[in-house]
Amino acid sequence: MNRWIRYKWVLLLLLVDAVAYVWDQNLGRNIAIQTSDSFLQMLSFIPPVFIILGLLDTWVPREKVVSHLGPGSGVKGMALAILLGVANAGPLYAAFPVAAVMLKKGTSLFNVILFIGAWATLKIPMFLFETKFLGVPFSTTRWICSLIGIISIAYVTDRMHSEAEKQAIYLKHQQV
Amino acid sequence: MDIVIFYGLAAGGILWSYRKDKQKTKQSLKKAWKAFDNILPAFAAILLLIGIIMAMVSPATVTTVLGADTGVVGMIAAAIIGSIALIPGFVIFPLARTVLSMGAGMMQVAVFISTLMMVSVVTAPMEVQLLSRKVMLWRNGLSLIFSFAVAFVLGKVVG
Repeated sequence: MNRWIRYKWVLLLLLVDAVAYVWDQNLGRNIAIQTSDSFLQMLSFIPPVFIILGLLDTWVPREKVVSHLGPGSGVKGMALAILLGVANAGPLYAAFPVAAVMLKKGTSLFNVILFIGAWATLKIPMFLFETKFLGVPFSTTRWICSLIGIISIAYVTDRMHSEAEKQAIYLKHQQV
Repeated sequence: MDIVIFYGLAAGGILWSYRKDKQKTKQSLKKAWKAFDNILPAFAAILLLIGIIMAMVSPATVTTVLGADTGVVGMIAAAIIGSIALIPGFVIFPLARTVLSMGAGMMQVAVFISTLMMVSVVTAPMEVQLLSRKVMLWRNGLSLIFSFAVAFVLGKVVG
């Protein structure tokens, strides 16, 4: 039962396909060709992407890294925060609980924003996907621009906050 | 070509992982399967949708709505939708290629992708709770401006 609900959109779209076929056989055949084309393409390169994702998930030592992300952790802290962000594949909202743990363990505001930015737009499995679909020039250009972008965004946002404002944010997580 | 690299990376990773720790390798593969199983419903749906779009929507329509000629207006529209929508990246890239191949403009699509990934109106309350309203506004605001900057660069380099 649960399975049917999870795949409700798939079932609905298959129904649309069926209706299209009944309505106009040519159109139906056209849809079938286009759809099977994209499925075959997908199946050919999905396994390695998800295997890499799984390996990153198990092997990146999150707990160990987080303690090196405090204020004044410098370039090393930045690199680690970005590394933590890119070794993921989850949606952005999954990054926030992780960021909460980071703040609790003393990560600086700058590094937290950097982490969120890297998670949002630099994720490695997503980069592989982007490369496959939009080509190397597109994905690498966007990745490099985004890297510069998230560092600038984190820097400006951090600079716009006074020490007291930052302390207020840190305090929120210390109390829990 | 890229496919060979992907498989090479994955195979190398498994080999390295297996030599270091069998248990962890098993765990990795389990996680890989779980992640795939999680995304599959949305993924299969978008592939079906792409099939329908390709067969039913004419390239002329795509060009009118998202074409390069729509200029900044098209980009702003793309940014608004991208900021509000919550679509996983695995789903968005196939869709992006489809509309590009049907005549959508590079910059419009680029703005859409970047805002989708970086600007998030729906999760803003979570961000406020985690950090603060001010951080949320700055991060999302700057990300929005940045998305346009990236789009212009991509338009120059790729488009």
